[in-house]
Parts: sequence; structure tokens; C-alpha cells
Amino acid sequence: MTVRTRNKTNAPLLTRQDVEALSAAKNEPSWLTEARLAAWDLYTMTPMPTLQIEEWRRSDYTTIRWESASPIQHGSSAGKEAIPPETLAPLIGEAQGGLIAAVDGRIVHNELDESIRKQGVIFTDLDTAVREHGELVRRNLMTKAVKPDEGKFASLHAALWTHGIFVYVPRNKVVELPLHSVFYNTRSGMSLGHVVIVLEEGAQLTLLQEYLSAEGQDHMSYVGMTELVVGANANLRYVALQDWARNVYDFRHERARVAQDGQLDWIIGTMGAHFTKQFAEIEIDGSGAWARMSGLFFADADQFMDHDTQQNHNAPHTTSDLLFKGALKDSARTVWQGMIKAMPGAQKTNGFQANRNLLLSRDSRADSIPGLEILTDDLRCTHAATVSRLEDEPVFYLESRGLPKSESERLLVLGFFDPIMQRIPFAEVRDRLGAHIEQKLAHVAELA
Amino acid sequence: MSVVLEIRNLHVSVDEKEILKGVDLTVREGEVHALMGRNGSGKSTLAYAVMGHPSYEVTEGEILFNGENVLEMEADERSRAGLFLAFQYPTAIPGVTVANFLRAALNARRKAVDPQDKGISIPEFRKLLMAKMNFLKVDPSFAGRYLNEGFSGGEKKRAEILQMAVLDPRIAILDETDSGLDIDALRVVAEGINSLIGPKLGVLVITHYEQFLNYIKPEFVHVMFQGRIVEEGGFDLAEKIQEQGYDWVAEKYAALEGK
Repeated sequence: MTVRTRNKTNAPLLTRQDVEALSAAKNEPSWLTEARLAAWDLYTMTPMPTLQIEEWRRSDYTTIRWESASPIQHGSSAGKEAIPPETLAPLIGEAQGGLIAAVDGRIVHNELDESIRKQGVIFTDLDTAVREHGELVRRNLMTKAVKPDEGKFASLHAALWTHGIFVYVPRNKVVELPLHSVFYNTRSGMSLGHVVIVLEEGAQLTLLQEYLSAEGQDHMSYVGMTELVVGANANLRYVALQDWARNVYDFRHERARVAQDGQLDWIIGTMGAHFTKQFAEIEIDGSGAWARMSGLFFADADQFMDHDTQQNHNAPHTTSDLLFKGALKDSARTVWQGMIKAMPGAQKTNGFQANRNLLLSRDSRADSIPGLEILTDDLRCTHAATVSRLEDEPVFYLESRGLPKSESERLLVLGFFDPIMQRIPFAEVRDRLGAHIEQKLAHVAELA
Repeated sequence: MSVVLEIRNLHVSVDEKEILKGVDLTVREGEVHALMGRNGSGKSTLAYAVMGHPSYEVTEGEILFNGENVLEMEADERSRAGLFLAFQYPTAIPGVTVANFLRAALNARRKAVDPQDKGISIPEFRKLLMAKMNFLKVDPSFAGRYLNEGFSGGEKKRAEILQMAVLDPRIAILDETDSGLDIDALRVVAEGINSLIGPKLGVLVITHYEQFLNYIKPEFVHVMFQGRIVEEGGFDLAEKIQEQGYDWVAEKYAALEGK
């Protein structure tokens, strides 16, 4: 019999001194140190989420061993060479507008094409941005999109964020080449990454954010935050792919704000981690704004993935369109819960949400919980949620063309994901993701 | 030696109910056969049973393809051996383009011959597919569409014939490939089939309309009634049905009713 030692309070083993030490090590300005300490106070006053809280009702993270998942990761000897080279490959042919890579919370690569820099675009790590663009960071860091008081892990993040990227595109500047950021980890402990993207009026940008880590035994936690601020008539395409190793517990708060006539195309891919709890929300603040959120997830073995989405229509004549597609195998579990809210005055709103789940094993389970909260009239909202298995007829049809059963199923699962895959604008990233899906599927065949 | 499909005393049940009650039929490479009969006489059941659909249980008799026992083969093995079924109602395969699907199907054939095969190269495949599409007068945009999803009736049937052209079977069963087509679509599909018929392809056309047969001109005509083939002949038999319908068949074989 194995006895697993668990932390009695089931909370990260961290103190106020950890906050002070981190801020001192980064040599931060006093406003930031104070913000961190204020967030820490908030953190200590907030209880750890339990299954009694609605949004955590299905998300039991208490198997985490905080002894290994608490020590703050803020740099190690590992460098850029630790990251799989294919991850760092240019996104389109030979071209990439810029690349930032962090390993164990330390920035190991920070590069921006000169032509983009000349446009006045800022694309740098968060520590550098604090030093060089202090006021701009201060105005945008956890003030507009996500705030430190949104939950236990949000305040923990605000107190102890270890690294991040800061992206700023000035008014009417169009960044032609995509930007790329990679957060990589080689060790256990706690990593707290932050993404801030601010697009001023009329600006345009495409960015790929990736989360990966090396295989490990000891638990690691990632406590992250993403803030996307899309100005009037601006256009942001944001692709975020998570492929942590199986020792990782991922807790994330993410929110986008879209101003008048702005456009947001947000794509979320979740393949890795042992446990994922991601809050991803869109605030549509200005009339004429359009926001699309597409999710793709594939859970196998004993993975747990929970995507908690919101589409908040705060203005009239706005559109939001959400589609999450997930496959599950082995004894994996997933949860998607989504809410469309139409605030008073948000007439002529179009809100769509759909979640499609494909069960590839008997023991997997997908919970799909759509929701609407309509506080206005004259609008169009639809929602759909399905949990299904591969049907016999398509499998037979493909078999009748000479494809073995396993190959037929492979094709059908790839086809299931294809509409979301096609929204990822980088062929090589699509290929990488497709190969990963096939890897997960091949594992089914071995078990069967 | 020519390839031959032999069906002997075939009995097939669906959900415990016997549909085919002893069918004998032989189709050789290079021959064109028509299987006619009213709705519900068992024509589609025969097609599915030959292809190995799991819902169709063979309770008696045998199916041989080139002397090999087809009943011991999975559907995919039957296909790779050279059998083809054009479905009456082709299934939509969302998210899988016609091109990707056909490439996977070709690669499955190559892999079955040589497990080390790396698959057909994309340029080579593109060339092959373009040639087949040209030959069948199929719009090139077809290749990038999800297979059968949102296809019109005519497009679905044309996609079936395109698959037949690419997979190059020895014996093909066309299950009501004429149904649901208007006269122009019917001509296009029939021309496609005619262009593929040759010494290396035997065809069994299932239909209950004769119109289609005027295009295809089968040399052998079989009429099915109550799960059995009751009349056989040449093209004149199809013409007789065209003139007189099936009532005489029902009258002549009334004794088989319900047996």
C-alpha cells in the first residue's frame, strides 16, 4: 500500500516573504512591489476554492502535491536549447516577426524584427517592459482585463507572477508578420506567466503563445494570466496552445476586451497537463465588435481539462461566436461550461456557443454546460452542447474504401477537429498539432 | 485469368429477419450486369452483405472473390482485394476533404502490400486526382470539400464514381447510383461509369428504373423478387420490365410470397 502525503491545508506553501524576495530580486519599482503585496493580502483573505463553489464544483485539484508545486520558479541554469527546436521554428516559411522564449521563468530569448520595432511596436518580456515602459505597463497590467480580486489564483498570480510578455501595438499600426512567445519549464515548482497584449485603435496583430514543459515526476503548478485589450477597430488574432507535461496543474485566468468595431479571433488548444482549469472570457464593450473563440482539446489517460468561458455583450450590435471541440479517451474527464450574457442595452446582439465532445472510450466523461443570461430584448442567441461517440456508418463507409478500422477512426477524429485546426493560421503549427492528435490516437490502438 | 465474384445460395438476415433467401449470382471482370427489382426485394441487402456491413448477417451460403472466401474478410480487406460499393446514400464525413480521404484510402492499399510503404507523395497524388477529376468532368474544387458534407444528390453520386475511378476496383456494385438524380445529372454520372467500364472492371448495377440502363446497356439482367433472383436474361429482359413493369413478376412468383 502506498501512502501519499498531502498538505493538510491544501494550499500553496508560500509566504509574504516570497513576494518581497521576488520583487527585490527583480529590482522592481515601488508601485509594482506595492501592487504585489496588496494582491498578497487579497490572496491571504481569500479561501482556497472548494467543490462547494459552483465554478469549481467539478474541478478537484486537491491531488496536487504543493511541496513540489509551490517553490517559485524564477530562473534556472536551463537555456533556450532546452526547448524542442520545432517549437521555435518560424511560423510562416522563414518568417517570424519576433520571438520571446522563457525557460523556468527566465527570459532566454527576446527578439523583434527591426521593421516592426520601427513601427513603435513593443514586444518584450514583462520585466523589461516595466523598466522601459513603466507607465504604459502600469496602466495596463491587471487594470483593464483581469483584476487581482477575481479569485484565489488570480490574486496569487498578481502577487507572484514570475515572467511574462508585454505587447503593445500603436494606433493604426498593422503588424504583418506573426509574433511568437514560448513559456517552457524544465523543473517542478510554481511558474506564473503573464501575457498582456494591447492594441490601440486600428492596430492589427497575430500572436502565438505556447506553453510546454519537460517530462517530470514532481508536480508543477502554472498559475497564469492573459489580458487581451483590443481597441476600437483593431484586429487581434491570438492563438494559445497548451502542451504541458503530465505532472503539471494549470490554473489560468484569461480575458479579452473588445472595443467598438474591434475584432478578436481567439483560438485555444489544450493537449497537455494533468489538470487544467482555465477561465477564458470575452467582454464585448463596443458596438459593432466581433469576437470568436475556438477551442480544441484532447484529453487522454487520466487528464482533466476544464474550460470555463464567458461571452459578455456589454454593447448593442455585437457578435460573439464560440465553438469548443473536444475528444476524450481512456479515463479522461473534461468540463466545458459557458455563459453568454447580454447586458441591458445590448440589443441586436448575436451570441452563439457550441460545445461538441467526442468520447473514444467507455470510461471517459465529458460535462458540457451551456448557459444564457439575457437582460435585454431583440437579440439572437443560440447554444448547443453534444456528447457523442464515433458513429458506425461513417466508420463502415471509410472501411468500405479499404481503410482499416483504426485508420478510419483516426481520419474521423482528425476530421472532427479540422474546422478548428483550419482557424490556426500557421501551417507548421497545424502539422505539429495534428501529429500530436495522431500520437494520442495511436495510443488508443495500442491499448485496444 | 479473369477476376470473378461468385455468390452462392446466399441467405442474409437483418435484425433476425431473413431478407435474402438463397441468391446465386456471378459477375466477371469486364461484364456489365443489372440487378432489378421493386423496392424492398433485397437488392441493397445483397450489396451491403457483399461489402461486409456488420448489420447484415450471412446465415447460409458463400461469397467468393477470385476463389477466396469473402465472408472471412473485413470490409476494408474486401475493398483492398478489389471490391467496390457505390452507396445509395453516401455518408457525410465532416472535416475530411475528398483529397485527404482518397489519399488515405490509396495509402491504406499501399501499406497493405508493403507495411514499410511511406505513402504516395503529395505531388504524385495531386496529379492522379486531377487526371481522374478531369476524366470524369468533376470540378477541381471538389477535392478541397469535406466528403459528402453539404453535397447535392448529384455531387454525392459523382463523388462515389470519382472514388471508384481512383481506387480502381475489379468488381463494382453500384447501388441505385441513379436515384435522386435529374436527367442531366443522370447522364453525367452514367457517362462517368461508362468511361470506367472496360475489360478490367466488372459492374453490377442495382436499380429499379430502366432509364439508367439505357445508358449503361448491361449484357446480363437479373430480377429480384422476395429475396431471390427469379428471372435472368439479356438486355431484352430490362426492356420487358420497361414496358410491362414488375406486376407479371409478382404474379408469376406469387407462390414465393412470404416464404
